[in-house]
Amino acid sequence: MRDKVKISKYLDAAFAITGLLFCLIGIGVIIILFVDLFMDGAPRLTLKFFSSFPSRFPDEAGILSAWVGSLLIMFITALAAIPVGVGAGIYLEEYAKKNWFTDFIEINIANLAGVPSIIYGLLALGIFVYMLGFGESILTGGLTLGLLILPIVIIATREAIRAIPQSIREASYACGATKWQTIRWHVLPYSMGGILTGIIIGLSRAIGETAPLVTIGALTFIAFLPSSPISSDFPFISFKWLFDSFTVLPVQIFNWVSRPQKGFHVNAAAASIVLMVMTLLMNGFAIYIRYRFRRKIRW
Amino acid sequence: MVKKLILLMIAMLVLAMANSTKAIAEEKIIKIDGSSTVYPVTEAVGEEFQKFKKGAIKVTVGISGTGGGFKKFCRGETDISNASRPILKSEMELCQQNGIEYIELPVAYDGLAVMVNPKNNWVDKMTVEELKKIWEPAAQGKITRWNQIRPEWPDAPLKLFGAGVDSGTFDYFTEAIVGKAKSSRGDYTSSEDDNVLVQGIAGDKYSLGYFGVAYYEENKDKLKLVPIVNPKTGKAVIPTMENVMDGSYQPLSRPIFIYVNFKSAERPEVKEFVEFYLKNAAKLVKEVKYIPLPAKAYELALERFSKRKKGTMFGGHQEVGLKIEDLLKREEKTK
Repeated sequence: MRDKVKISKYLDAAFAITGLLFCLIGIGVIIILFVDLFMDGAPRLTLKFFSSFPSRFPDEAGILSAWVGSLLIMFITALAAIPVGVGAGIYLEEYAKKNWFTDFIEINIANLAGVPSIIYGLLALGIFVYMLGFGESILTGGLTLGLLILPIVIIATREAIRAIPQSIREASYACGATKWQTIRWHVLPYSMGGILTGIIIGLSRAIGETAPLVTIGALTFIAFLPSSPISSDFPFISFKWLFDSFTVLPVQIFNWVSRPQKGFHVNAAAASIVLMVMTLLMNGFAIYIRYRFRRKIRW
Repeated sequence: MVKKLILLMIAMLVLAMANSTKAIAEEKIIKIDGSSTVYPVTEAVGEEFQKFKKGAIKVTVGISGTGGGFKKFCRGETDISNASRPILKSEMELCQQNGIEYIELPVAYDGLAVMVNPKNNWVDKMTVEELKKIWEPAAQGKITRWNQIRPEWPDAPLKLFGAGVDSGTFDYFTEAIVGKAKSSRGDYTSSEDDNVLVQGIAGDKYSLGYFGVAYYEENKDKLKLVPIVNPKTGKAVIPTMENVMDGSYQPLSRPIFIYVNFKSAERPEVKEFVEFYLKNAAKLVKEVKYIPLPAKAYELALERFSKRKKGTMFGGHQEVGLKIEDLLKREEKTK
């Protein structure tokens, strides 16, 4: 008997160590990748690198059009995915009746989350570029990535809403609130942390996507910025930039990696650092938001 | 009050939307897409042109590959298409269906280099026949050792590296060596990214591979060039700038092209860009490590453009071993 306990304890310790080892492998890979990138690309990370357009000379080339493109695309992506995703999540969790139709929708959303990103690119090429005639524009790019992260946002919203205890809703109803009032003043605020986390995780996936954007025609050489959203003529706001062509960081990196000159490979490493830092910042922001909202809620 | 403000904002948004669509038509953008081989040249020209025009005209360049570029071009989506091979019959038909006419202009030479590992001390030169023996489809699974090519070469495994099957490089190499485009053995390491091939050859003593000369220039310490015997002169030649320019490095050098949409060429900004391209190509091509055409060829090309000669100088297929001056004197075929 005693031996058995001993063996079990050994096994327990062995499992803990194996688990730790696997954890370290994951972290180790990230650290090695980052250090390697940093050693290659860090010297290129000057202010000029951020403020120059692509060029045939590696030393003069920069990522201005790429990071501006990435940022604008992310803006449209967020604008498209957040209302639709959160709305769909609320409907499915709070309003929808359990029947074959909602089951069907649920299965489809789960499936969509696993569809390879290039498929979204092909879909967008057919619908946004040709059918709706948006062309190879920032609008198309943003909507495509919006579709891509929609399932992530929906699933995150539902998880967050599901975590709100039923008693909270009942208390609200007991005070005479309608369903919408309950959602607006109780369910949504309490689940905001989880929803925002999901949105940011989705966006940080979108920022690294290359395949769907290449499919819809993200260009590689653009030495100008999209037109300004503020114009000098009446009515002083312009949406022309929505229809401008674009490039994004991953596409720029992909292009530089495949060039023969060593200098471009260094540029690619530097641009990768920028992309990684952007992703890490977004993830860090998600963690911070979750922490803040959790602390604020006291039931 | 709040409602009035919201109404005003909506009105402004609608106006802005309407204005935006109007402004798109007015803007001067030259859209270019196509081959990744031609891309560095067009990128360089685009960069210089925009500097020259101080940003008044915008140039965008994409990489969809020669075939992908022609698809867009023949739908009328781009003004200029980069191509590392002449337009094919099927693409000519597509353009014709959509009423797209074009002007074909050669802009530079691209040499394909055959490369081995620097530790390889037995290969002094290779003939087209030997290369054919290695790369033809019948060689698959059979020609796997160096001494099968020449008996005096070592009895060691032959590791092959080559261009990806969607590239113009692959099309041209197979055409020039095997005799039929896209006809090649399949059991080799292929990659669209030539840097992968460079790493592969650099890491294996018994390797052999082919890709664009520009990649050799940047990796001279890791690779060794194989001189190729010119079937016409019998001399073994390496792809230096002089040898490619005077046509002695054959059959593995080829002209690369831009195709200009005939209607777009009537727009002053496109006309100016193409003229700028041909006038500055000689200098810019060298800067991006490609091989310029002889000066005479650029003059002929410019003349071709100013006379707006439509169609292709090829019959919808690739030709091996052409001299560029002879080519430009040819009559064009549009069908």
